[in-house]
This record gives sequence, C-alpha cells and structure tokens, in this order.
Amino acid sequence: MSEPVTISFRLNNAQVSVTADPTAPLLDILRDTLHLTGTRYGCGQEQCGACLVLIDGQTAYACGRELATVAGHAVTTVEGLGTQDAPHPIQTAILAEQAGQCGYCLSGMQIAAAALLARTPSPSHAEIVAALDGNLCRCGAHPRILRAVARAAEMLA
Amino acid sequence: MIANTLPKSLADNPRLDRWLGFDQPDRASVRVGKVEIGQGIATALCQIAAEELDIAIDRIDLTAGDTDHAPDEGTTTSSLSVEVGGASLRLVCAEVRALVLAAAAHQLGCPVNALRIHDGAILRADQPTGLDYWSVPVSLARLATGAVAPKGVAEYRLVGTNVPRRDLPAKVFGAGFMQDFTRPGMRHGHVVHPPRIGGRIASIDEAAIRHAAGAPLDILRHGDMLALIADNATALRRATFAADTAVRWDGLAPLTLAMQDADWLTTQPSQDGTAGDPHPAPPGTRISAAYSRGYVSHGSIGPSCAVAEFRDGHLTVWCHVQGVYGFKSSLVGGLRLAPDQVSVRHLHGSGCYGHNGADDTGFDAAAIALRMPNTPIRVQWRREDEFGLEPVGSAMHIRLEGVLAADGRLQDLTTTLYSGPHINRGGDGNLLTARLQPNPVPPSPVAETSAPYPGSGTRNAVPYYDIVGKRYRHHMVLGTPVRTSALRGLGAMPNLFALESFIDECAEQSGQDPLAYRLTMLSDPRARAVLRAAADMAGWSRRRPSGSGTGLGLAFGRYKNTSGYAAVVVELAADTELRLRHIWCAADAGLAVNPGGVIAQLEGGIIQGASWTLKEQVTFDAAGIASRSWADYPILRFSDIPPIDCHLMPRPNDPSLGMGEASIGPTAAAIGNAAAHALGLRLRHMPFTRERIVAALNG
Ligand code: FES
Ligand code: FES
Repeated sequence: MSEPVTISFRLNNAQVSVTADPTAPLLDILRDTLHLTGTRYGCGQEQCGACLVLIDGQTAYACGRELATVAGHAVTTVEGLGTQDAPHPIQTAILAEQAGQCGYCLSGMQIAAAALLARTPSPSHAEIVAALDGNLCRCGAHPRILRAVARAAEMLA
Repeated sequence: MIANTLPKSLADNPRLDRWLGFDQPDRASVRVGKVEIGQGIATALCQIAAEELDIAIDRIDLTAGDTDHAPDEGTTTSSLSVEVGGASLRLVCAEVRALVLAAAAHQLGCPVNALRIHDGAILRADQPTGLDYWSVPVSLARLATGAVAPKGVAEYRLVGTNVPRRDLPAKVFGAGFMQDFTRPGMRHGHVVHPPRIGGRIASIDEAAIRHAAGAPLDILRHGDMLALIADNATALRRATFAADTAVRWDGLAPLTLAMQDADWLTTQPSQDGTAGDPHPAPPGTRISAAYSRGYVSHGSIGPSCAVAEFRDGHLTVWCHVQGVYGFKSSLVGGLRLAPDQVSVRHLHGSGCYGHNGADDTGFDAAAIALRMPNTPIRVQWRREDEFGLEPVGSAMHIRLEGVLAADGRLQDLTTTLYSGPHINRGGDGNLLTARLQPNPVPPSPVAETSAPYPGSGTRNAVPYYDIVGKRYRHHMVLGTPVRTSALRGLGAMPNLFALESFIDECAEQSGQDPLAYRLTMLSDPRARAVLRAAADMAGWSRRRPSGSGTGLGLAFGRYKNTSGYAAVVVELAADTELRLRHIWCAADAGLAVNPGGVIAQLEGGIIQGASWTLKEQVTFDAAGIASRSWADYPILRFSDIPPIDCHLMPRPNDPSLGMGEASIGPTAAAIGNAAAHALGLRLRHMPFTRERIVAALNG
C-alpha cells in the first residue's frame, strides 16, 4: 500500500479527484470509492472482461489498471455509456434482443461493443466476434449479444 | 379440500396471504420461494400471476427468496420452478380472483358471471363498479383449496408471450446485483480457507499478512476459522493473497493426479444401488463401451458474494443462494443460533448453474458478523476461491453393455455407473466455515434422495427408449477427492452423453441411420416429433458416409425422463480439434409461459454443454484444485460458438415442462456423434481436447 495521493481524471464526462492509494486497482476505486458499481469484478487477472472500461475510448481492464495510470485521462464506465432515459444504442439493442441471462457479463460486453462501434461503424460479423472474444459469458447469451451488437450498428448507421 | 392434489409448493405453504397481498395501493405483492438465477423465472412467475389476476404485470411487486416474507419452496433447482412454483402461484391467484369476484357480486347483488376484472378493477357490463382488488374486503388469511380452476389456455393473453425480462434493464445500466449491495458502516471480510476440507491451521505468519494489507487489518481467530477484516477492499485483497502462503495447514493428505480422472472412481469403495430388470441379459450380439466426464466447475463469471449483519441479537444475511430456507437452517445449525434469530434475503447473483460458492460466502459473512456485532460484513470470494473452493460437478464413469437382436435393434442394456455425490446441499456442519468452528457441528451425511432412483448420478441413466430389458448398477463414491455438489442437470449430462453415444455405436454396428435407428425404438410421439423436427432443421438427409472430416451428429433426451424434451443436431469440422459449424435444436416444453425465455435457456444449455464437452475439466495438484483461473480452466468463447437455431414445438395445451437443463446432455452426445461421423473414430471421454483427439487418431 502506498501513501494516498490525489489523482484527477475525467470520469463519465465529469472531472473527478480521488485521494487514494495510487497503486489501487481502478476497479476498486470505481466500485468502493466512487460508488459506480456497474464495472464488475470477475477475475482480477485480465482474463474475463467483466471489468472493462474505456480509457480515452480504448477498452481497458479496470482490474489491472492502477489508479495512478488514469491521471489526466478520460474514463468511461457502463454508467457513462447511457442511462434508462438516454440509453446508448448497444443498451437499447441488448434489451431489444433480450441479450442477457444473469446479465453479469453485460457491463463488459457493452463497453467492448461501444468501443468497436466507435471505431468501426458497420462491423462485419467477424469483427464483432473479434471485438468480444476476450469477454466471457457463462450463461451462453452469446448469440443474442452478437445480434444486439449488429442491431446497435444498424441503429447508428 | 383437495389438498393432496396441490402442487408441492402450495401444499407446503397453503395460506393464500403467504403468496399474495394487496396492502399497497394499486399494487399487488407477489411472494415466491423460487429465485432468479438468470433463467428469467421472476418474469415468468409475474406473467402467471398477472394472467390469473387480470392485472397489468407492471403492478406486481415480486418478493422472491426471503425467509421472513416469502413461502418456503425449497431450492430453485431441477427445472421445477415453472412446473411446481408456477403451478402453485397460478392456483393461488385463480382462487383469490374468485374470492374477490364472489365478494363483489354479493356486495353488488348480482351473479358472479355478470362481473369481470380488467387491470384489477371489477367491471359489470364493461362499466366500472367502483370495486377492485384493493377495495373488496376479502381476507387472504385462509388456506388455499386449489379448487378454483385457473384460466383455460384459450383465455391467455400474457402467458405464452415474450414479456421482456423485468430484471434486465437494471443490469444493463450497471445495477441490480448482490455484488452492488452495501450497508452503512460495512467492512470487508474474508475467511482464509484451507485448500480443501479437513485442513487445520498449523501456523500463521500474521506479520506477513498485515504487511501485505498496508492498512489497518483485524485478524480474528475462532477455532480454525481465521478471518481478515478491513475497511478497504483493496487492502483486504492484498492481505488475502499474502495469507494464501502465510497460513500453513495440517491434516491434508496430498492428492495425486490420477484422482482427477473419472476412472479413479471405479477403484474406490462405494454405496451401490441396482434398479431395473432383474433378469440376466439374453443371448444376442454383444456390444459394450465406457464413457466418462471429469470434474466440472460451475464457472460463475461473478465470484460469490454476501453481506451479513448481526444486530440486537439478530443475524441477517443477504446472499444469492438457490434456497434461502435451507441455507437458513444451515446457519442456525452450524452457528448454533435459534431459528427466529436468523433472516436470509436473496439478491440476484451471477448465474450459478447449481451449487456454487453462494452458500459458503453467506456462511463466511455470517460467521464473521456474529463475532463483530453491529458491523455489516461483506465477503467477496476471489476468482481463485470460486474455482478452488466451490463444490464442483462430479466426475462420472459409465459403462454400457448392450445386446442387439438379429435385426440390429437394441433389446437389452446394462448400465454400470460410478459417480460422486451430486447433491451436497444443506446440513448443519457441511459448509466450509461450519467445519472450521470450534467444536464444530458434525457434517450431515450426503442427502441423495432424488426419487425414483437412488443417487442423482442416475438421473437419465434409464434409457427413454423401448428396450425390453434395461437395468443399472450405480456405485456412489462418497470419498471424492474434492467436494462435489449440484451442477446443472446432475448426472443427466454424462448419462445422456454415454447413452446417446452408445445408441449411435449400436446403429453403426447394425448398419442403420442413427435417426431411423432411434425412431424404431421410441414410441412417445412427442419424442419422435422433436427428433424429426431437429433432423429436418439440419437437413439430416444430406448426411454422407463417415470419415470426411466434417460430421453431422444427433442426439435426443427427455430431461429426467419426465421433463422437457430436446433433440439436438451438431455439424462440425474435425482434424486434430473440433470446430462447431452449426447447431440445431427442437424442443418440447409443453406450455411455454415465456417462449423467448425458454429458447434462451435452450441456447444457454447448448453453449454450456458444448463448453463442458469440448474444453472443461477441473485439474488437481497435491493441495487441491489447481485450475483456479480462466487460463487454467478455459470455456467456450464467441469465436468458438456457431450459429444456433432452436425451435419450440407448439404444445400450449400440455403442462409446462422445465427446460433449463434439457439441451445440455443431447448437445454433448450430438457433438460426440458428429465427431465420430467426421473422424471415423469415437471419442468417449470428455473433454475432447486436442491431446485426446491426437491420441485417438494415433490409435
Ligand atoms: S475482472 Fe478484470 S478481466 Fe476479469
Ligand atoms: S449473461 Fe450470465 S454471464 Fe453472460
């Protein structure tokens, strides 16, 4: 544990400052300090994708990122993608396809999909599969999640 | 009173007000014991209630799994939630609706059949009467009779439609899980577990643990329970990783690698049971083969989590167990509390697919909270704990010996199966931390009671086919190297894999097409219908001779021989590994309350079943379970998953059949059969890894 320091970064389009152990995983800071619990703990080993966030628009494992490394950067969590009133197209599409069973994997899935759609507006099936392949789902919601990403791409087109 | 015909959930909880109340204005409070585990049951049960009550589904507030407020419906398992829980709720709502209509008719001085209900309001000649569920004085503090006939299928407007999942929006926007639940003043706790049952603390390097935490840490020792408690989850996690090596354990004999394979079970003492035809097998052409599966993890994406609080002598535990009442009784027994001192409330967890770490984390949190009154304690197992400590699905070894008649028909089948226990729930002294308490309550013996066969390893061990003589001998090995308990389908998946592989082997030996061969010995028209439908979907008639490198295989199963029907066809390409190309499934669920939800369960079962079959086996080292990460325990990914088409047979007039487990066994066998068709050789031991395929190819 290192001495607390104050780290400033953009979080879901707002400026935040956190005084905490700079070596703490971003995941813990988001969930426990900032009370944004949508980013999920799955493995803590960068192996499942449950904790994905966007850092400057790129996907990153919040479980493996130290707080200090996001200083000055822009972090987006699932809460920043959209809300019930103003959903991101991937969220609308996930609900339209009923693309979730337990739903635990969905935060990470949506972050991975949002990153894909931002850089590849009309992704091929293979591009969607490649973008999501690091995200594990145990319930077998995969076919519906793939359909949801394709639907979200259509909504954005 | 026709109580002896009530579904079990209602017979056990006959008071109407245990299930339903109208105490909130314009709202209906529905209370059930079956809980949401990602299977969509919360939505399906609300559909049933709204249908029978004639109210808008949005008016329903559902309480599910709460020992203070909801009926005791046992555990949410075995695909029984719609079959039994739904049937009970339907009768309750039908009866309440009738009671309210009768009271309203009395008040209005008109015949009951002059009235109807629309969204909770009572209408007469389609005009409002001013009466509704909230204003008609009917006491629900009475016993259900079960005598009011529910609506006929023709009257359904909500049941049978794809009502969207009520819990999904919260989860899509980042909320809704046990893991998100907090209490004021909550701290983070962790019980340091031995690598497997039986470990006793030998030594503790407290300084190393405190140093790793780098923040204030409470270390609590109570018997062999060593608990770490911190204000901060990061500090606690660092301490727990240090504790993995800083705490040494006595009392554990090393495991050997051989123990991780199913064949090891065949060398062990066992409890044996025999059922079926007592006569010896008749003469004929003999054929035999042995099949197996290793230990399989539940592999929940979110490791288990619970919060417990002990305040004013009362323990409350929030957790995601499948059975709150059974778990409460484990807490009461294992921690020596009085029943009225304990409340258990269910919150949604990550999908569990059976008995994972949920009960143990709940117990961990409770055991710590009891020693730290007034401080809510959150326990979040690490990935390593979930993989390493949870009870796993048992390995099984199955030998089949058949006798073929002159026309090739399978006329006699003897099944010999070896399995660890598949149900290890409940018991006062059974959960991991119960065993670490000072003077622990002795663990209860394994309760494998699943009727009509002894031992849940026998689930689907009896072929559904018309075979003249069929018998099995079950060897249940209680001394498995690691703890085993319920995994989706229990013995059904290994048994259906073995049986349906064997049927293909028999068809091949007698030179018959696998579909035609099955149809000659399957008299149930619903079974025949799903097989034919799946074969049609897949274009079965295009199937070529085997050994081409691509394969088409099919398999059938009726879960438990009493529940949902599923036939699966798999197309794959094979060389030294198998690549799934397409999967088709036809299923018969009877009345599907929410057809989209049923299809989702079928798809999920297909993918999970394929993953078990192709990739999964828990591995051991000397200490215990070695596969403690996704790198060591790979599962199917997006790039492994082919297009999947599922079709539900329209059967609205037949009772609902549980579908959560129906597609898993047929998928496993259809993969094995497709692999045999592609390669010209048979894979009998799951998982079908590259090493096993290469070994088989090298003969
Ligand atoms: S929790 Fe970060 S990848 Fe699994
Ligand atoms: S929906 Fe349960 S893990 Fe993906």
